[in-house]
Amino acid sequence: MSITLARRRVIPGFGLTMGFTLLYMGLIFLVPVGAFLLYTTTMSWETFWHAITQRQVVASYKLSFGASLVGATINLVFGALLAWVLVRYRFPGKRLVDALVDLPFALPTAVAGIALVTLYASTGWVGRYFELFGLRVAYTQLGVVVALTYIGLPFVVRTVQPVLEDLEAEWEEASASLGADRFTTIRRVIFPALFPALLTGFALAFARALGEYGSVVFISGNLPFRTEITPLLIVAKAEQYDYHGAAAIGTVMLVVAFAMLLVINGLQWWTSRRHG
Amino acid sequence: MNTFNQATRDGRDAGAPAVVDDGDLARRWQRATDEPAWLKAVLITTALIFVGLFLVLPLSVVLYGAFERGLAAWFEAVRDPDALSAIRLTLLIVAIVVPLNTVFGVAAAWAIAKFEFPGKPVLISLIDMPFAISPVVVGLIFVILFGSQGWLGPWLAAHDLRIIFAAPGIVIVIAFGTLPFIARELIPLMQQQGKEEEEASLTLGAGGLKTFWYVTLPNIKWGLIYGVILCNARAMGEFGAVAVVSGRIRGETNTVPLHIEVLYNEYMFTAAFAVSSLLTGLALVTIAIKSIIEWQDERQKRRAAA
Amino acid sequence: MSIEIDRVNKRFRDFVAVDDASLTFREGELTALLGPSGSGKTTLLRIIAGLEQPDSGRIRFHGEDTTDLHVSKRGVGFVFQHYALFKHMSVFDNVAFGLTVRPRSTRPTKREIRDKVMRLLELVQLDWTAHRYPHQLSGGQRQRIALARALAVEPKVLLLDEPFGALDAKVRAELRRWLRRLHDEIHVTSIFVTHDQEEALEVSDRVIVMNQGRVEQDGSPEEVYDAPANPFVYRFLGNVNRFDAHIHEGSARIGEVTLPAPQYPHHRHASGHAFVRAHDIDVLATADQPDTLAARISLVSVVGPTVRLELVTDQGDTPIHAEMAKHRFNALGLEQGGQAWLRPRQGRVFLPEEATG
Repeated sequence: MSITLARRRVIPGFGLTMGFTLLYMGLIFLVPVGAFLLYTTTMSWETFWHAITQRQVVASYKLSFGASLVGATINLVFGALLAWVLVRYRFPGKRLVDALVDLPFALPTAVAGIALVTLYASTGWVGRYFELFGLRVAYTQLGVVVALTYIGLPFVVRTVQPVLEDLEAEWEEASASLGADRFTTIRRVIFPALFPALLTGFALAFARALGEYGSVVFISGNLPFRTEITPLLIVAKAEQYDYHGAAAIGTVMLVVAFAMLLVINGLQWWTSRRHG
Repeated sequence: MNTFNQATRDGRDAGAPAVVDDGDLARRWQRATDEPAWLKAVLITTALIFVGLFLVLPLSVVLYGAFERGLAAWFEAVRDPDALSAIRLTLLIVAIVVPLNTVFGVAAAWAIAKFEFPGKPVLISLIDMPFAISPVVVGLIFVILFGSQGWLGPWLAAHDLRIIFAAPGIVIVIAFGTLPFIARELIPLMQQQGKEEEEASLTLGAGGLKTFWYVTLPNIKWGLIYGVILCNARAMGEFGAVAVVSGRIRGETNTVPLHIEVLYNEYMFTAAFAVSSLLTGLALVTIAIKSIIEWQDERQKRRAAA
Repeated sequence: MSIEIDRVNKRFRDFVAVDDASLTFREGELTALLGPSGSGKTTLLRIIAGLEQPDSGRIRFHGEDTTDLHVSKRGVGFVFQHYALFKHMSVFDNVAFGLTVRPRSTRPTKREIRDKVMRLLELVQLDWTAHRYPHQLSGGQRQRIALARALAVEPKVLLLDEPFGALDAKVRAELRRWLRRLHDEIHVTSIFVTHDQEEALEVSDRVIVMNQGRVEQDGSPEEVYDAPANPFVYRFLGNVNRFDAHIHEGSARIGEVTLPAPQYPHHRHASGHAFVRAHDIDVLATADQPDTLAARISLVSVVGPTVRLELVTDQGDTPIHAEMAKHRFNALGLEQGGQAWLRPRQGRVFLPEEATG
């Protein structure tokens, strides 16, 4: 019996494509990210801890975290509604609305930023109506929420939409034929099927909002302790050549981003298992 | 069978059973898997208000602001030397970044979709990683590596090399930030297409390159086009990371989004919106192409099912 | 072109797909690789094509070792289960593909390619589809185009992976007769994989039955059906009943019935199993003949001209299946719930250690 030692793969190009993939990823981001984390470890623990627990920094965490959470929650509700309406109903302009959902993904964040602040300023098209109720949006924490809602809008819609499309009409018909009313069917049959996708979309929107910079800085007003988000603080520190401070906070954000990526991967795995 | 399903689906979508044309009956007879008409109207209206507030109005305000003072003002803003230099720099950068990320995307998708190897899910997650990292942190990473106070700063200065506050730094951070887009478009597409057609091509005597060119590429053409266009739009619009590494040297290291920021901060709103309208146009083209591709895809699926 | 498989093994992680298989496919024959899903038949076919690499063992085409030859150089025609037609190419371009991708030095002229493609399309009776696209064709038509495409490169062997698996019953039946006639015309050594025993028996010159990566039997369609090598093959090919049997000096007894078991002349008072096909059981309305088993008819189902019976005997809990012509059933006056007597006409006896199936 002779053993074939050369384990050739039948489809060609594995070595070449895999090699390039790893090399490129390595050069562009794996090595830089690794070097960055290494840089952080050259700081003493006290310096690091001090940098990430300054009052101004902690205030920015609270805002970034809170506003991202609120924005993602708004998107959870309205994104689910939008996905439902787009998949289930017919109305004029549906295709256009469907296409527009991707706008926050394609429009540069700086453009979105100046558009949102112009709209929601107290003299703006929308802001003036809020003003009537004594509500200020631009240059307040509410403005941060508006920007983070905008930026996370596509995620819930685009994760829920395909799941909803693939949902068998027979499930609902079966549920109805077994005597469930419409509300019960939605609560007991449709919602559980959508739940993993909803959670995934929520997590994606939340993760995206945490790191967002461009669309927020124009509308937030950037007041320390009040409307200063964490990414802005990093930019400020980098511009003042406070690399230690910036790197420490950047590391915190990087760790949170990795954690979110793990959570999202887990959720996607759950969705596909449920779904597949 | 499929035609029948289509008919019932359409019937439900239209809000009335397709076979019954009697309006009165349709009103009384509500399908088991349908909501009452008033509820539908409420849901659709709510969704449209949300879309209007968050998507239509921002778009309108950009276009309104850009052309509020007439075409002449628009042209003036776009033809301004600083604007032109920002456009040139941006075009130069995407001319480097987009081809690199295209090659990367195709290579990664080929390796992942056509072969089995251990650690594949880890690799797919890694490709997603740049998407999860805040653009500001991306910029910071390279400032710390290559900046004048950074790790390699003194060495670069001694060799008279500039990366931060210069074009190379901008290229790297944009390549980092837009790395996943084409790969993410192609990986699921190629995985879903499997490898049977490639195997068929190989059994017919075609080599690897011919198989890729004549069989794989036509099949992923639209996904690739959309990926490239999205990558291009994101590269041109990248802001946070560039803001950190560019140094905002006017006429030198300002990309288009940075130029917009400068104009806005100097209260030149019309000019800011005029330059913004360029990128907005690009964004609209991007989502239009995506819609066209999806529309074609749907038609193809319907055709295949018929 | 004969094909020789020499002690081929293939595993996918813990799963043994092909377990030490050795076979010879004779020149010009149409051979069926028959087995349940997971039996390794498709893997073996893909190894012959060069689409999979065996872990060990050799493949020879006409004595020449091709184990390490890349699939694109092996000169095989492969027809995929789901056709694998190139979606974006017309039927013509699909069939022409193998010729147009040849290097310039060996590529036929445009005219030669056109003539050849049209000839092949005529052969598969689809010349009128040349300018259509795969999605405009029915499943059966796509399958024939896939075959024409594989034949265009004048393969030394033709390999077909579940060629009719994705088609509905009527088209399947038509297409397999057509494939048989086509093979009689072109006579290229062909191997096709199927899990459908009827298809294998009807179409092929030779049937190889596989199970769990092993070759269970290799013979003509009559041989494998009439003389299954083991209980697995018995069960896989057609409806079969298993009776507990008492083996003694070359014969086996099931209750009062005696069956010959000439392969066990020296076994004394051994227990084993007798396998008898449903249509090899005579069902009688009266007990006036010797060698019968008393049974009660528990279920009668009429399928066209045939009547299928389920009967319960005191020989075991599992019901016995029997088949008979409807007119005979009516003539005997049998009915559900009534009494009947069974007499196995022929069958084979195996010892328990052989009964792996």
